[in-house]
Amino acid sequence: MSRELYKFCLFVQIISAEWGDFLNRQEYIEFAESRAKRTTSLKNCIWAFVVGGFICVIGQLLVYAYMNVVKEEKTAYSLTSVTLVFLSGLLTGIGRFDKLASRAGAGTLVPITGFANAVASPAIEAKSEGYIKGVAAQMFVIAGPVIVYGSASSVIYGIIYYISMKIAGQI
Amino acid sequence: MEFDILMLLKAFLVGGALCLIAQILIDKTKLTPAYILVGYVCSGVLLNAVGIYPKLIKWAGAGATVPLTGFGNTLAEGVKEAIKKDGAFGILYGGISATAAGITAAILFGLLWSLLFKSKNK
Repeated sequence: MSRELYKFCLFVQIISAEWGDFLNRQEYIEFAESRAKRTTSLKNCIWAFVVGGFICVIGQLLVYAYMNVVKEEKTAYSLTSVTLVFLSGLLTGIGRFDKLASRAGAGTLVPITGFANAVASPAIEAKSEGYIKGVAAQMFVIAGPVIVYGSASSVIYGIIYYISMKIAGQI
Repeated sequence: MEFDILMLLKAFLVGGALCLIAQILIDKTKLTPAYILVGYVCSGVLLNAVGIYPKLIKWAGAGATVPLTGFGNTLAEGVKEAIKKDGAFGILYGGISATAAGITAAILFGLLWSLLFKSKNK
């Protein structure tokens, strides 16, 4: 596609001096690069959508499976998350997760699999630094911020909720 | 909860769409994966607060609970329930206690995998 486009640019260059000036080689390269970036971006988006959606379908199947064992829906959802955390950690350990993640991008990052990978991957990497300052500390390099800001925002919401319930007289 | 093939499709669409939004953010802005994760969890809390997320879970099931926004939703849901039960004290423990299973699993399995596996890069 871009090869034909270049030929076309050359053709335009020959027939029009002004156009030729505009479409000089440097600008053509920039144009081709921006186009290439756009196609990889589209490819990334498709990968992210399909892989992310697929992980959630596996999750839904797990929810159905757990509903046979437990009564509450909430417990089934929790167990599903725990199972996905287990599986993605295992895939991280055997080196498969990174291969999938390099293609899927946000598709593996946004589901709970990304969180599990963010815990397991630095923990395994830091093994050579020991189990205290290595494994245990590095485990929280990304999970830490998630927990810090997650719990902070839940407390902020809690305060607002508490005050509004007080005003409404429901507590 | 009955098995429903349509539910699987809805889970695919909602889960996929949440990942798609994150991918666009990564490609178009300079946000790193860590920012995306933090942003998604906080958005989950916010979307629960305005009442959207519980409806989304009802509609798409795991499509809404599996992405990290679902983690934020659980934090907010936990705070609400704890406040109803224990008043102001619930503000402090509600969030983390509701998500404790997921966090402990991630930590415990993380430790387990680091015992079992070696880094592939070194």
